Amino acid sequence: MSQETQNLLLEYVIWFLTYAVLSAVVMVVLLVIIAFLLLMDRKVWAAVQMRKGPNVVGPFGLFQSFADLLKFVFKEPVIPAGADKTVFLLAPVATATFALASWAVIPMSEGDFFGIADGRWVISDLNVGVLYLLAISSLGVYGIIMGGWASNSKYPFMGSLRSAAQMVSYEVSIGLVIITVLLCAGSLNLTEIVNAQQTGLGTTAGLPNSILDWYWLPLFPMFVVFFISALAETNRPPFDLPEAESELVAGFMVEYSSTPYLLFMLGEYVAICTMCALTTILFLGGWLPPLDVAPLNWVPGIFWFIIKCVAVFFMFAMVKAMVPRYRYDQLMRLGWKVFLPLSLIMVVVVAGVLQYGGLA
Amino acid sequence: MIAAIFFYLFAILSVISAVMVISARNPVHAVLFLILTFFNAAGLFVLLSAEFLALLLIIVYVGAVAVLFLFVVMMLDVDFAELKAGFIKNAPVGALIGGVVLIELVALFIAHGFEIGASGAVQTAVPSTGSGLDNTTALGLVLYTKYVYFFQAAGLILLVAMIGAIVLTLRHKEGVKRQSIPAQVARNPKTAIEVIQVPSGGAILPTAEGKG
Repeated sequence: MSQETQNLLLEYVIWFLTYAVLSAVVMVVLLVIIAFLLLMDRKVWAAVQMRKGPNVVGPFGLFQSFADLLKFVFKEPVIPAGADKTVFLLAPVATATFALASWAVIPMSEGDFFGIADGRWVISDLNVGVLYLLAISSLGVYGIIMGGWASNSKYPFMGSLRSAAQMVSYEVSIGLVIITVLLCAGSLNLTEIVNAQQTGLGTTAGLPNSILDWYWLPLFPMFVVFFISALAETNRPPFDLPEAESELVAGFMVEYSSTPYLLFMLGEYVAICTMCALTTILFLGGWLPPLDVAPLNWVPGIFWFIIKCVAVFFMFAMVKAMVPRYRYDQLMRLGWKVFLPLSLIMVVVVAGVLQYGGLA
Repeated sequence: MIAAIFFYLFAILSVISAVMVISARNPVHAVLFLILTFFNAAGLFVLLSAEFLALLLIIVYVGAVAVLFLFVVMMLDVDFAELKAGFIKNAPVGALIGGVVLIELVALFIAHGFEIGASGAVQTAVPSTGSGLDNTTALGLVLYTKYVYFFQAAGLILLVAMIGAIVLTLRHKEGVKRQSIPAQVARNPKTAIEVIQVPSGGAILPTAEGKG
């Protein structure tokens, strides 16, 4: 092997190891955060119902999720006799993998962090990052369909059919909402979308680089549509029809136990976190501070990003606790007859305002 | 080199999964292999640095079309024995079509060689990627200027197809009560409640409108 080939090979190995380590770090941090978000979800739910929620494992029940993890891992995975074994086991793996894959393009901050990191806080700074996220989130449905079909049982099958229709329907409105944001930002790169939110309505009103600049204000109807569609896309209550326990026992997850179930659960929560992060990036200014004044703009961007994500997740949790489940035909009506025309009209309106208002 | 490794990985996987699509006994498995084929084709697009097309392929074909395929295949209870019976009868026709396509492709390759790249007419329309434009912008600049009428025509064709599908399936059955959300929302105590004084010893008989 010549010297040149060896150098090239070494370069590729280093490149590969760098990305492997980066991905591992993001994944571990994300999973630890999700362990506590899960607890937060249950605590909020409990508080709304005037219960205490999990409070036994660790102080305030802080280690509840880790206890659950151990319980799931040590249980026996049961595979139904009539199940298609390969697809049955592939389904949860696919759900978890696709959910985690979306975090490759999510920028969490930008710039310096106490001298440790520099540049962009993202594994892969794709210039079609938004499309990648849309593609990956549209793949989430496969885990559910495959799981429901491979279980070879009625309830899981019904659940997976419902979810197939539901997720495809709401993807349409999510796509159109994203298009309105793209029109305003003029880029498909997530970092540039956040940076485009430094100027906007707030700058015009005399508060440059502030909370009023972010897209939630000028695109407020789209913000609401996106939030509701995100609930439907991630099968969160009130749109958790694929696993409606009052009708379908637990939907596509009925036959799953132990680690495969854990993977489904994990994939679902990672997808919810992705949607929180996407809402933060598209509408809430990502890692930008709410006001460009002294103590606030000293805080590193990553903290603002996490705080905003957790705030969006809190809204997800409150909706779960407060709103009753939708009926299936109402869900479809909302998606196709309300959100689709609304977001389609908004695309035209936003494009028109940008073009003829001289803002493009 | 890395690009070459990935090219062969994607190419081999896509050929294998394409073969599995037609040889898999279970139709659901066939659709799953079809999805794998789409993925590998998207990978090939990425290697050609056409990342916009790659992601569009995944969003449209994997995220929507294949989901509907899977949906239909799962819903229809396909009778495998019946499908197998037709195989021998239809095999010669399939072989004929396959043979014709193969001969055409071979003739094309013999005539033009294996040069990779489009013919001159197509190439001139594409802005050079070296000008600092990204993939999406370059595509948009061509699609909305030079090919705008074709683009709109394609949109119209899809719209007609969609309306056709709706017209074919939409039917209002007689005597079925439908939920009307505007009517429900517009209800107020005056239209919703009817106070009737029942005379002592009398009865309220239902009228033609179903009201008591």
